[in-house]
Amino acid sequence: MNPPASDVVPLLELRGINTHYGPVHILKDIELAIYPGELVCLLGGNASGKSTTLKTLLGMVKPTTGQVVLDGEDVTAKPTSYRVQRGVTMVPENRRLFKRLSVKENLELGAYLRNDRDGIARDLERIYEMFPRVSERLSQRAGTLSGGEQQMVAMGRALMAQPRVLLMDEPSMGLAPALVQTNFELIQQIHESGVAIFMVEQNANMALSIADRGWVLQTGRVVLDDTAAALMSNPELRASYLGG
Amino acid sequence: MSTIDTAHSMAAPTAATWSPSIKRLAQTAALCGLGLVFISLIGMPVKLNSRALIEPILSRGYASLAWVPVMFGYVVTKQVVLEGMVAQKRGASDVAEGAIVGAGGGLLLGILGILIDNFDLRDPLLNWSPQLLEFITFGNGLGFGVMIWVVIGGLSGAAGAGLHLLPATIRRFIMVIVVAVVGISFLETAATDLLQGLRLEFVSDGIYSKTSGLTIKGSVITGAIAAVALYGSQQLQQRRLTRLSQAPPAASGFTPGAAILNSFGDARSRLKVGLGILALILLPMVLGGIMNELLANVGLFLLLALGLNIVVGLAGILDLGYVAFFAVGGYTAAVLTSPNSPWLTPELPWFVAIFIVVVVAAIVGLLIGAPVIRMRGDYLAIVTLGFGEIIRLLFLSDWLSPMFGGAQGITNIPGVQVAGLANVKGTDPRAVFYLVMAFCAFAIYVSWRLEGSRLGRAWMAIREDESVAEAMGINTVNAKLMAFVTGAILASLSGAIFAAKVGSIFPSSFEILVSVIILVIVIVGGMGRIAGVMVGAAVLIGVLGGPSQPGLLQELAEYKLLIYGALLVWMMLKRPEGLLPNVRRSRELHGDELTQDAWIKSQVAAQDEIDSDGAGSEVPS
Repeated sequence: MNPPASDVVPLLELRGINTHYGPVHILKDIELAIYPGELVCLLGGNASGKSTTLKTLLGMVKPTTGQVVLDGEDVTAKPTSYRVQRGVTMVPENRRLFKRLSVKENLELGAYLRNDRDGIARDLERIYEMFPRVSERLSQRAGTLSGGEQQMVAMGRALMAQPRVLLMDEPSMGLAPALVQTNFELIQQIHESGVAIFMVEQNANMALSIADRGWVLQTGRVVLDDTAAALMSNPELRASYLGG
Repeated sequence: MSTIDTAHSMAAPTAATWSPSIKRLAQTAALCGLGLVFISLIGMPVKLNSRALIEPILSRGYASLAWVPVMFGYVVTKQVVLEGMVAQKRGASDVAEGAIVGAGGGLLLGILGILIDNFDLRDPLLNWSPQLLEFITFGNGLGFGVMIWVVIGGLSGAAGAGLHLLPATIRRFIMVIVVAVVGISFLETAATDLLQGLRLEFVSDGIYSKTSGLTIKGSVITGAIAAVALYGSQQLQQRRLTRLSQAPPAASGFTPGAAILNSFGDARSRLKVGLGILALILLPMVLGGIMNELLANVGLFLLLALGLNIVVGLAGILDLGYVAFFAVGGYTAAVLTSPNSPWLTPELPWFVAIFIVVVVAAIVGLLIGAPVIRMRGDYLAIVTLGFGEIIRLLFLSDWLSPMFGGAQGITNIPGVQVAGLANVKGTDPRAVFYLVMAFCAFAIYVSWRLEGSRLGRAWMAIREDESVAEAMGINTVNAKLMAFVTGAILASLSGAIFAAKVGSIFPSSFEILVSVIILVIVIVGGMGRIAGVMVGAAVLIGVLGGPSQPGLLQELAEYKLLIYGALLVWMMLKRPEGLLPNVRRSRELHGDELTQDAWIKSQVAAQDEIDSDGAGSEVPS
């Protein structure tokens, strides 16, 4: 693995994480680090522990052993709200908007922990610029939007929290092929604005095409850990995920 | 473009092949008959028959049956016009079908008469009685009874089916007139009471007969007024719509309709709210004891429902044991104020006691809430149900009877001393109503402020999707606990007023039925909407009556729970959003529809342009 520079402190880090659901061992000795401004992806098949890793990062699942480190601080015992406040935000799987609330209310809920009215107003403007389609739909119920629009709102909602690292759970799931492409362009756009992105994906080809580095998870264990380019050319990975 | 045209011409409109199916008619007739038999056997017609709906032509007993064949006649000839199909021509065949269904139903009722004459089933069926037979046969023998019900049923069914032949506007007028006449007739007590207070006795003397029900003249006048009112409101609405559609689009091109509606609606709604408050303050002055008592009960339940609305409507926590907090409020107030309390007798003034009541309710809310809140969905509902019963059983238990009097309860609770003004207690329903109103106003204000607050947002987010709400950084456990405690406090206030109003308190006042009825108020009115809850409380408690409180339709008190149930089933099927849709949201949606329409039009226009260009270049000439 080639972290960007050896003297940079990781933004978010998992150290020796083991997680159990009841007696079942889900994550096994997971070590991974996300550096500021990176775009990294976690690949893996069904039931490999991808979503659990993500939930552990956000504090929605407590690990049995190991540490979650945010900015050098051990946050393992800290609640989700503490981590959100310090710049860790999630775009959940399948968008999961608050369906009966308006688009505007959804965006505002993204800024739930913020108190700076001016800053919130400025960020709202920024999101309207980024997604003009969203700004046309502000008072509409979020549940009535199309899949692509919902994805935009979900990303907008996450950006409203002023994240330093965005955790994306299967961003391409349930989207039409044409939208998947636009979606990845959006992710890149957000990444270019300086936000680190940690992406959990099944669509390995697409994810690796934009990522800097990646990990491959298999039954709760990291089996591959390399740069995106190296992973792309890895014969094992090609055989199992990239379709030969 | 061309392919679409072909597709159109190929799918030539086919006339719907629709002919009366014997099976369907027989089924509907059987259902109609079962409805008539059911209503007869629950005793409604006989019970209501002593009073008239319209004196002297229609008694309430016969009215309670007559609507059934009308409805089935209407339903059986209802027709869904499928897109692309030609609607079946309306005509005599519809009327005939309605008549067949109605007559079939009437025949079944006649058969019920024959059965009553020949068999005695009074043991399981209380209303299997000679009185019912007398009612069915009009006292003229069985043959006549069967005949007459076939005729009545047939005519009513035909009338119901015939409604389809009329244009929609006329149908609407007929509906409104019928509802007005039936409503005004049933509301005789309330209307007389109100008109007396307003010194307008001549109106009630004019339209109501000496014995009961409207006179014929009265019905005509009522119907005419209703028709005029409907016409007026239609005109107003028309004007409003024209104004809306003529509104110039805003410069930004963003929800112009909503913006206009907002500015327009705000001034209007403010005026409306102001007038409403003024009317409410003046109302008790002109009302008699019965009506004030009734409105005080509505207020007590409104206070409860507002609390539950925060818990269920905003935060989405299905609490089926909400009555527990009502009980805690009532018992705390009783212990603190009554000289007869078996345990502590501080005999505090009510307004001092109320602060302690709030604190106790908040603590109990936390104690019950803390374990309950960690569950979700069905489990939570069942656990709250259990806690509700536990609290009631504790008050009833021998173990705690040295403190709360067990089944004997706590008596001799003094009223509410309002310094220098009045001693508010049950014997003075007007004062109770004012007290309740003050607390309701407080609760409405609190609910309204909470709804727009950060906490309110958090509740709504939790209701929509709890895990995502957590991912947004909301402390879901705290927020849910806050909802639970706020609800508990509002319920305890209602309980404390209830104790002072009734003057004594027993565990039997806190049956699970109370929880259910409060929940029904919230659901029927529209979850999460303050105005909806107000409508729900007015309809259910005011019109039908509470668990042990009479409503406007006192005659139907026995069938209250049946009507609650039917209403709830109907709501869930036809209007799950509640009677009163959220004004703010519907306004937003309406504004949006306008912009969406404009947007779709522009898209269609653009698409047409592209299509015609494409067609021009592709089609070889």
